Amino acid sequence: MNAVIGLEDGTILHGTGFGSECEVSGELVFTTQFTGYEEALTDPSYRGQILMFAYPLIGNYGVNPDAFQSQGMQAEGLVVREMCDHPSHYQHKESIHEFLEREGKPGIAGIDTRHLTIKTREHGTLRAALIVDGSSSGIDGEYAVELAREQPDISEIDLISQVTCKRPYHIEGSGKKVALIDLGIKQNILRSLERRGLDISVFPATATATEVMSAGPDILFLSNGPGDPTQAKSAIGVVSELAGTLPVAGICLGHQVIALALGCETYKLKFGHRGANQPVKDLQSGKVYISSQNHGFAVDKDSIEGTGIKITQINTNDGTIEGFEHPDLDVLSVQYHPEAHPGPRDTEMWFFDRVAGRAGGE
Amino acid sequence: MPKDPTIKKILLIGSGPILIGQAAEFDFSGSQACQSLREEGISVVLVNSNSATVMTDPETADAVYIEPLTPEVIEKIIEIERPDGLIAGFGGQTGLNLTTELAESGALDKYNVKLLGTPLKAIYDTEDRELFKQAMEKIGEPVPRSRAVSTIKDALALIPKLGLPLIVRPAYTLGGAGGGIAYTRDDLCRICELGLNRSRINQVLVEESVLGWKEFEYEVIRDSGDTCITICNMENFDPMGIHTGESIVVTPSQTLSDNEHQMLRSAAINIIRFLGIEGGCNIQFAVKDGKYIIVEVNPRVSRSSALASKATGYPIARVAAKIAIGLNLDEIRNDVTGETPASFEPAIDYVVAKIPRWPFDKFVTADNTLTTAMKSTGEVMAIGRTIEEALLKAVRSLDIGMSFGDAGTGTGTAADDWTPDRIRELLRTPTDQRLFVVYHALRTGFSSEEISELTSIDPFFLQKLGNIIEIEDRIKPGSSPDPKVLRDAKWIGLTDERIAELAGVTREAVTDQRHDHGILPAYKMVDTCAAEFAAKTPYYYSCYEDECEINPTSRKKVLILGAGPIRIGQGIEFDYCTVHAVMSLREEGIETHIVNNNPETVSTDFDTSDKLFFEPLTLEDVMNIIERERPYGVCVQFGGQTSVNLAIPLAKEIARRPDLDTQILGTSPDDMDLAEDRKRFNQLLAGLGIPQPEAGYATSKEEAHVASDRIGYPVLVRPSYVLGGRAMEIVYDSDDLDRYMREAVRVSPDHPVLIDDFLEDAVEIDCDAVCDGTDVLIGAIMEHIEEAGIHSGDSVCVIPPQSLSPDIMDKVRDYVTRIALALNVRGLINLQLAEKDGVVYVLEANPRSSRTIPFVSKAVGIPLAKIAAKVIVGKTLQELGYVDEPVPNCVSVKEVLLPFDKLPGADPILGPEMRSTGEVMGVDHDYGTAYYKAQLAAGNRLPTEGTVFLSIRDADKGRIVDIARKLRSTGLQLIGTGGTVAHLRDHGVAAILIKKVSEGSPNVVDLIRAGKVDLIVNTPRSKQGRRDGYEIRRAAVDFSVPYITTIQAAVAAGDAITVAAGKDGIGVESIRELCYP
Repeated sequence: MNAVIGLEDGTILHGTGFGSECEVSGELVFTTQFTGYEEALTDPSYRGQILMFAYPLIGNYGVNPDAFQSQGMQAEGLVVREMCDHPSHYQHKESIHEFLEREGKPGIAGIDTRHLTIKTREHGTLRAALIVDGSSSGIDGEYAVELAREQPDISEIDLISQVTCKRPYHIEGSGKKVALIDLGIKQNILRSLERRGLDISVFPATATATEVMSAGPDILFLSNGPGDPTQAKSAIGVVSELAGTLPVAGICLGHQVIALALGCETYKLKFGHRGANQPVKDLQSGKVYISSQNHGFAVDKDSIEGTGIKITQINTNDGTIEGFEHPDLDVLSVQYHPEAHPGPRDTEMWFFDRVAGRAGGE
Repeated sequence: MPKDPTIKKILLIGSGPILIGQAAEFDFSGSQACQSLREEGISVVLVNSNSATVMTDPETADAVYIEPLTPEVIEKIIEIERPDGLIAGFGGQTGLNLTTELAESGALDKYNVKLLGTPLKAIYDTEDRELFKQAMEKIGEPVPRSRAVSTIKDALALIPKLGLPLIVRPAYTLGGAGGGIAYTRDDLCRICELGLNRSRINQVLVEESVLGWKEFEYEVIRDSGDTCITICNMENFDPMGIHTGESIVVTPSQTLSDNEHQMLRSAAINIIRFLGIEGGCNIQFAVKDGKYIIVEVNPRVSRSSALASKATGYPIARVAAKIAIGLNLDEIRNDVTGETPASFEPAIDYVVAKIPRWPFDKFVTADNTLTTAMKSTGEVMAIGRTIEEALLKAVRSLDIGMSFGDAGTGTGTAADDWTPDRIRELLRTPTDQRLFVVYHALRTGFSSEEISELTSIDPFFLQKLGNIIEIEDRIKPGSSPDPKVLRDAKWIGLTDERIAELAGVTREAVTDQRHDHGILPAYKMVDTCAAEFAAKTPYYYSCYEDECEINPTSRKKVLILGAGPIRIGQGIEFDYCTVHAVMSLREEGIETHIVNNNPETVSTDFDTSDKLFFEPLTLEDVMNIIERERPYGVCVQFGGQTSVNLAIPLAKEIARRPDLDTQILGTSPDDMDLAEDRKRFNQLLAGLGIPQPEAGYATSKEEAHVASDRIGYPVLVRPSYVLGGRAMEIVYDSDDLDRYMREAVRVSPDHPVLIDDFLEDAVEIDCDAVCDGTDVLIGAIMEHIEEAGIHSGDSVCVIPPQSLSPDIMDKVRDYVTRIALALNVRGLINLQLAEKDGVVYVLEANPRSSRTIPFVSKAVGIPLAKIAAKVIVGKTLQELGYVDEPVPNCVSVKEVLLPFDKLPGADPILGPEMRSTGEVMGVDHDYGTAYYKAQLAAGNRLPTEGTVFLSIRDADKGRIVDIARKLRSTGLQLIGTGGTVAHLRDHGVAAILIKKVSEGSPNVVDLIRAGKVDLIVNTPRSKQGRRDGYEIRRAAVDFSVPYITTIQAAVAAGDAITVAAGKDGIGVESIRELCYP
């Protein structure tokens, strides 16, 4: 199959198509992790984005649904240097091509992905369109560029409503109660909470404070999710209302939502942090942890003055905020993904034990 | 934490000579550590016995000691230098063992030296197999079931419990030496006996087998603040059962899911944390179906960490050195980006492949099966955007004259008898040919399942080899491939040569076609971060993708060709020369680029040159760089035979390309040919009136007989154009010659066999010089103190010569000068000469760097390779102020290290073919002490008590009496054969008579085997004597008895033993004090 990717700056790259024959558009983002494509592709935070792997060989160990972070593929499309159609792994159920095909998503291989990564680094995240076509006639690259340009900016799209749960549900546990607002949650956040025996009530992104409180929670938890945090208006409102009443914790988009609720501002990073090698320094212990990250927006350091927020962790690469607490309001929040899957598990215990501790009223 | 203010001076222990299992990686990591520490204002004292290293240059550290690596010697250095700290982790296994011994003897406490980096407990916990098992069990990390034993009986008792096969791992040894896989009870007895012998503490671990599991490695770093990061992981192409140093390795892992990768990463961090290492650590895992066990932990920088550094661009040794003095990872800058700190994990966006380089071309009788013990001497690394590309590049970097093409068609030497049954056998039993065997099997229709079943290689990798075949099959014979196929072929990594071979057209036609279609390589950067940040590293690899990241400058540029993998005959010395050439040209303001493919070396450190091209050293790969960068010149004379061999092809190809004006710098390819081509060279010498041994040529057996009869036996025979005396032999009679001619034809069918008179009993002489076309700077004249007929690379030699008359020395000088000028040498030249009966003969002239350059440079205190590099770009020796031959301040002796103990089955015989892997230097004010130090550094302990065996030819008898008296006066017993004993008794020296080997038992060999001989002095005189000598030498190697073959060496040994037996023993002094003006 033929495939083409077109970028808003006019770049056109022709390659080999795989997955499903179709056209998609979205932000082109790159991640530097070399394993974890199953987890990343099924991470709802990638909604609205075409995911490109900087590592050239993707699909080597096939696809195993046990690794999925949601029901199916969430990224709009996949861009790789080489797609492995003969995977080798004792747990593999299908190839990455078969997976994309089943999910109705397109993929492109055989292109200079490093070239696109450098372009993204230099120009900032670019809008893109990816077309896979099985017919023997050539594909129109200009058309892909046009599609890319027609795509609205990610900040203007309501992605959360596409990935949040449709109705509340409950995961029973023997411990303290968590009210969790699902902005596009990764399954491993739930697993990490469950592992600590917490009783979890999951609410859609549009849940009101009253609905949330009806679960009788000991802590409010905000999940990860896609897009611009300012789109999460309802969740921001809930946090503003409940912070101080309940301990609050959050990850990634949830972290940004909490910051917005406490009066901070967020901004779009030039090209985001995506990978499994991001260094997070804990300012209290002085230790650096390696973390898994996937975010295009960040909390503005300059906006925290006067909010009572205390920065607890920073990224040693660029100094951006990785974690904060609000001692008065009992808030604990991180930008990175302590639940891992994909990525390092350095902070899983550190973070989730604290969450469980806070729920326990410590 | 900021650096520890109490640490102002640090002692760094090097790893000593290059051995199997310990190559150039410690020169790289040690040099990097020195630089890193000195940047922080720390004064560094360095000790290493290996003079061929960059780290032993006096500029590398504040004080450099080229002294034997023994605890006694290091304690003396500590006494003089009074360092505040000692870092153990940079000297490999040697460094760890010495550190342990120094700590145990109380020397570190006595002088208040703090052990930095790897704590002593971590050394015990990882090196002592029983403690290791306990440590891992304590933190819940799985290890194979095993038991440490100290007797064979205890080992055998484990068979019912653990089952066969069993893995035997000796404690505290290098590269798994002495270990192995026991399939039977007999195997177990044999391997345990050897292993117990080798272990410093007479202990081996007998372990259940996980043969066939997949093997992975993680490189981890920890700082004193407990931050732990992994630099990279690696996947072995070969399964468990093959030492990781013997495996093809790729980075990063390919077949681990994220879940598995994070499981192993977490375990690695768990382990380094528990061991409390501050610095780098290497952890090896065996993995099967989501389960893992810990195979081994190396609490130090290693060959793998050198590979990881080059594979990721993350300088592990540099960072580990800073951690050792207290800095934390986030306080150390990542020099690659220049902005971000070292506290991150590298991300890579390419594939790295490593293939070991084995010495079986030199040891045809050695067992070439790959096991848990190392046999390779070096390795190559290649970078590509795919597995296929990286593997194909790595194969051609090996420089072994073997390619997939040969393996596929069965035209290669080894492929001849690859019948399906033989292939099956080779798939089951891995050898150095494994990759080619697998390729051949795939080509000839074996299924991936069957190959995977027989080899335990993951089908993932077999698929990749299959992809190469698929592309190859699209190239149809008879015409040039169409542009689409050509692009795909280049994209996957096929060379123009291979494409031409498949298409049945010339290589030039493919190259031209490629240019016509604009199919040219792009160079990508190795930047530690997969392009996430703008990086400053000038470190590149090629691929056939769109965007080239090189921006050639308009500065004056030179490309220097490196030496490729460490192998016998082409060792670390050539990397030393390469690095010196780069430093020298950079001093001249020339932008200097390196192309090389050896990950262990200093030359492939990204800050050595202005640009580093990590690429194979082939015509095509080098031409691609020239086309892109358009340097004004290319230097081929520093990288040994690999780069010299490219001189003529490069000159031809550049001439074919009117758009290129790059020159081959230095001695012209034609003049190099004049020196290499026997016929032309003989004519040249005849014209100069310089004697050469009687010589002849032969292209057939008949011609060989005619020539040999004319010259008279014994004769020295060899094929032309070879490295390290490959296939060179002394032939004693016509039967011998018949046999040789049958075998030699294969070695180099394009070139004739050369036949020279073998000068028996001659003194051999080496000389390194630099010539600028007008003047000749003689670096030093070296006298070999080894019997004639032994390859110069295997000979012990001394500067200044001890037995040559001033007249002979002047003759040597005159010949060297005239030959260098006649060959129009620009740069380095090495000459080998021999003196017999007052006549000096020239044996060969090599207008290039030689393996003695670093030794000579240090012995006389002037940097010959640097001077040569400047001469090559147009400076004169007059301008540089180097015209007069330096007068050495001291006596320097070079001794070699032989790998026979690591290569079961290899014939432990020295001859005209080079066998040694590395060298050491002994230097002092007198010959005896220098010789003693060299022997000690090489692990040959000259006895001060016990028995010396003497068998001396008549010509030397005059000088043996003095030596014998000296030996007797230190209390040594003398034994000897008839003539020698009679002569000694005549002169009043007591000696016991024993039989010659040819006279039957009991003879000296029996006594050696009984452990009753501590030193052998045997100066043979005839063919029979030489044959006897071979048997004695074999016994000497097996039982580690020092062996001396010339009267010159015997004189030195007599003095050396007197020194050693003296009250004070040997003294130590830094190389700057000893040798530099």
